[in-house]
Amino acid sequence: MAVAGDAMLAPREPSLVARWGTTLVRFTRRQPIGAFSAAVLVLLVFIAIFADVIAPYSPTRNNVGESLIAPSTDHFFGTDQFGRDLFSRVIHGARISLYVGLGATFGAAAFATILGAVSGYLGGVFDYIVQRFVDASQALPPLVMLIAILVVLEPSVTNVIIALAARGSLSLSRVVRGAVIGIRAFPFIDAARAMGASTPRILLRHILPNIFPVVVVLMSTSIGGYIVAEASLSFLGFGVPPPTPSWGGIMSAEGRLYMIVQPWILVFPTIALSLVVYVMNMFGDALRDELDPRLRGSR
Amino acid sequence: MRNYIVARLLAIIPTTMVLILFVVVLIRLLPGDAIDVLLEEQVRLDDVSRAELEARLGLDKSLPEEFVRYTLGTLRGDLGNSIFTEESVTGLIRQRIGVTLTMGVMALVIGATTGVVIGIISAVRRNNLLDYFLRSVSIAGLSIPNFAIATAVIVFPTIWWKWSPPVIYTPPGDGIWPYVAQFFTPALILGLSLSASLMRLTRTMMLEVLRQDYITTARSKGAGEGTVVLRHALRNALIPVVSLLGIQVAFLLSGTVILESIFSLPGLGRTLIGALTARDYPVVQGLTVVSGLLVIMVNLMVDVSYGVLDPRTRTE
Repeated sequence: MAVAGDAMLAPREPSLVARWGTTLVRFTRRQPIGAFSAAVLVLLVFIAIFADVIAPYSPTRNNVGESLIAPSTDHFFGTDQFGRDLFSRVIHGARISLYVGLGATFGAAAFATILGAVSGYLGGVFDYIVQRFVDASQALPPLVMLIAILVVLEPSVTNVIIALAARGSLSLSRVVRGAVIGIRAFPFIDAARAMGASTPRILLRHILPNIFPVVVVLMSTSIGGYIVAEASLSFLGFGVPPPTPSWGGIMSAEGRLYMIVQPWILVFPTIALSLVVYVMNMFGDALRDELDPRLRGSR
Repeated sequence: MRNYIVARLLAIIPTTMVLILFVVVLIRLLPGDAIDVLLEEQVRLDDVSRAELEARLGLDKSLPEEFVRYTLGTLRGDLGNSIFTEESVTGLIRQRIGVTLTMGVMALVIGATTGVVIGIISAVRRNNLLDYFLRSVSIAGLSIPNFAIATAVIVFPTIWWKWSPPVIYTPPGDGIWPYVAQFFTPALILGLSLSASLMRLTRTMMLEVLRQDYITTARSKGAGEGTVVLRHALRNALIPVVSLLGIQVAFLLSGTVILESIFSLPGLGRTLIGALTARDYPVVQGLTVVSGLLVIMVNLMVDVSYGVLDPRTRTE
């Protein structure tokens, strides 16, 4: 290449943007469905953030004169039994779904990492007791445990996130624990200990960076489950309390009689929910295949 | 093998204790005014004093005392009484568990059969049109929540044909066929939602096993393709599928809660929702413990079944 000598001798570090760009192109080429899903996700996050601007009406404003209208140019998705604009409610529902999904994912991942790392690294009695708690939480049907927690805490968006994160973190911590036990056996951990590193330092500086890919994969594959769980809870009336628009709440049993008149009340939230879950699962799978080659094709 | 089963049985004890601890602590996490709300709102508690209600909830004892009392009660099969009707929770569960078990077993059979059969077809016909079609359908099935499908199954036939699946419960006394038939629609919905992940795992495991040397050996000895797939490959591919089935039992019970509510079937799930709405906490506690024990028992059976499926675990 005919470039000036100096530039050849000292190749410039590619800028951060360029490096991210390369990673993105490589990911797109290897995981086209994953990249497409990521694009849809970005779009959904955009919709959730700007829900107030995109939605033509307030999602909670009743207008009895305009109840149960079929989709039209005024109301793209029609209206529900209270005359609330369904399009606006589905758009705002995206906000609740993503907020709960992301909140539960980060909450569960943070707690699971701490619990799994400490339990796996320390072992012994502490590990034994923690693992019995994990066993018991896995023996409980997820919905039963979630509803039991929510009835005690009273349903609210924050409490739904807390309940989901509590249930999720116990199961995830077992995977983190497994990864930590694997890493604990490596000589560099013994070396660190021989050099006098304290337990918190070993956990933070040596173990945590190594289990990070595992945690990222767990987060990306579990978020769809939290979104469905929130929708199921709200459907049963134990999740996000009305009139806050949640996809599960819009489809809930009280509206079933009206769905016979206006089935779009059921159809649009179902499409939105299924699309998000599909996209989340596809993106999670692609990310897992990218980050952890051993797991490739295991599902 | 016997040591293995004994070890597995002993491992149930601490898990069950944590389960009981969870429900005993849960009541103590209720906000302070929850008792006042109960006394005010519930007409049925009119002549019950505050102290009496606290005693019924086990709140008059310390946490360790109540834990021991509840554990001993569970061992005797006594899970306390409803705070409203004073009906025994065990009796209530005995009445309602049949519905949940019938629906759960039907869903499990439907889910496991379709999942495994489609998984085998998909693996044997790998990467042809049928495989792509079946995999796409299963991914779509994983993404549509079962409560949406169940609602659609009730709503759309009503719109199109003015007919909907019955949402009135038929007790087993009215004949065994109508009793079983009413569970068919919910069990099918639940079963198919289970089958998606079973299908994906069966396919992956079959492909894995079909690559092994002993499959080549079996083929070179002149075994027919059917024998190779069903006798040599399937048995080995099924081991992880069976453990996934064990894990799914917890999710299956979650699904029965939703489908029993939608189809108005008086099983444990619907009882749980009713008890929660009425704030009948002892019933909630009992149902939580029993559903946990159900999952523990099924997983015990799954672990023991490894010994049958995989001779290697017998000697361990």
